[in-house]
Amino acid sequence: MALQDVCGFLDTLDDTGPCTYPPNEMGYMWRTASEFDRDSAFHFLFPPQQCSRKNRVPTLFSSTFSSLSPHQQPFQLSHGTTTLGFIFQDGVIAAADTRASCKGLICCPTSQKIMPIHSHLVVNTSGSGADCMLWERILTREMRLYQLRHRKRLSINGAAKLLSMMLHPFKGTNVCVAATLCGWDGEETRETLNSCMEIAEVKEAVEQDTGVSTISDSALSSVKMASVNEQEILKDAYALNPAVSDQNTKNVLSFGGRSGPRVCYVCSDGLQLKGEIISVGSGSPYAYAVLDDGWRWGMTVDEAVALAREAVFRATHWDAYSGNNVDLFHITAHGWRRRDREDLKEEYYRERERKRKKIKEREKERQKREGDELGEGDIYSVHCG
Amino acid sequence: MMISSRVFGDNGKVKEYHYTGPVEHKFSPYAFNGGTVLAVAGEDFALVASDTRLSEGYSIHSRDSPKCYKLTDTTVIGCSGFHGDCLTLTKIIEARLKMYKHSNNKNMTSGAIAAMLSTILYGKRFFPYYVYNIIGGLDEEGRGARDTYKAGGSASAMLQPLLDNQIGFKNMENVEQVPLTLEKAVQLVKDVFISAAERDVYTGDALKICIITKEGVREEIVPLRKD
Repeated sequence: MALQDVCGFLDTLDDTGPCTYPPNEMGYMWRTASEFDRDSAFHFLFPPQQCSRKNRVPTLFSSTFSSLSPHQQPFQLSHGTTTLGFIFQDGVIAAADTRASCKGLICCPTSQKIMPIHSHLVVNTSGSGADCMLWERILTREMRLYQLRHRKRLSINGAAKLLSMMLHPFKGTNVCVAATLCGWDGEETRETLNSCMEIAEVKEAVEQDTGVSTISDSALSSVKMASVNEQEILKDAYALNPAVSDQNTKNVLSFGGRSGPRVCYVCSDGLQLKGEIISVGSGSPYAYAVLDDGWRWGMTVDEAVALAREAVFRATHWDAYSGNNVDLFHITAHGWRRRDREDLKEEYYRERERKRKKIKEREKERQKREGDELGEGDIYSVHCG
Repeated sequence: MMISSRVFGDNGKVKEYHYTGPVEHKFSPYAFNGGTVLAVAGEDFALVASDTRLSEGYSIHSRDSPKCYKLTDTTVIGCSGFHGDCLTLTKIIEARLKMYKHSNNKNMTSGAIAAMLSTILYGKRFFPYYVYNIIGGLDEEGRGARDTYKAGGSASAMLQPLLDNQIGFKNMENVEQVPLTLEKAVQLVKDVFISAAERDVYTGDALKICIITKEGVREEIVPLRKD
């Protein structure tokens, strides 16, 4: 693709083994262009290095969003954002604010931090905007290639490992990507192949809830999982292997219990985390507080959406670097669905209005109580009040 | 001539002089040459405006150094920041445009130029071009983008909120949202730059507006304060 040609991205990702270069304490800044040719992605120009070993690229505004200082920092800077993702019984919720800041100036109050990769995976990005945009595109490309080559979607954990491996050569530089992969893992088998061919009829069968003899229970759920993209791929696969017997009819989901909702965090440092609730960014402590309080596995969709919205709202209230709107995605076995972007300014005013009403009500109640006491008590109580 | 040492601090403003002990001077590959660029688009037009002052520290190198560069008949780019990088970047873009023209037998569209610029800039991820870029133009069908605007450069933090209010009708209640016409946009840009020149030392001397319509690119020069 065009990006590949321009950046000289070599298609070696599939057959490179584990990284074989010796660990270099200065990171990869000293690599020459030819060494990069051999194993890694980009030809980058590096600045003239002066006496110090530290990376001396000054912290300057550029037309990208990258505003992070590459110098040695006494503390780890959180990135100015709030993104979160959590799983529950009916899928995954991914939510984020929309503020892109650049050292105190808001570059873009309406940026999109949640980007869909394919029908069942979205990625919450935080860190440097330019890096996130680029790596999200590269990840999309690699996932699509995997899907075309292997005729099944890469699992979320697999995608996390892939992204982590691709980011590894840039460890030590100031590439800053902190991505949360949120999605639904599902597997296709021969059984689902057959089912997909007559998906309309099967849907009816499902609705009628009869015990259709050729389809077992788990097949029904796997049929539900198949999306339009997959249908075409599976049709191709079936067409290419018409002689495959239905030995797998019994084990419909070859990965059995391994399908379902997933969240996975990948960082350009190399950190990879799996869990049930993940929140990233400078507003994440506030979001975690709200999420920990309200999260249950058995939540309904509405409760989960409300919880995510509340968490982002509270985080944007307390954190200066988060704000503006909240984006929300809900991923189920059928794919992702996007909720309309909501301006949190309205929510803030509604909350203020609610508080004002409550105060008024409390005032009224208090007056009423005092009125009652006055009526029952003596004249003295008036003077005492 | 170009004294780009660390004495200038992070963004080109000379540090205050009082004796603080021995100071280490280092060579910095960047300098800050000031300037503001602005782009506004309407239904069927786009305009890119910039001031023409080239400064460095307390000095002005030139009063006639505009920062808008015409790329094609439908696209203009405004670049401000470090003048050396602006010149190199525009040279590279023009070369790539020619290459595209020769291999594809048509001009690049505005959207394609923007995408290409993004990859060019990322190619120097670890030694960036110190340039604020704004591309303004019409798409293949001669349409602009309704009510879009962006300010970049030294006075951008002052101008962006003003544009948000006047063009985006933000932060106002009960206001009638009229679509932006070319005449109103030009007048607004002039007013906005006059205000910027009053409050930002790096903006001034003259204003150059490149107006892109389906007839082509037209230029207008308006004097600003020179102090």
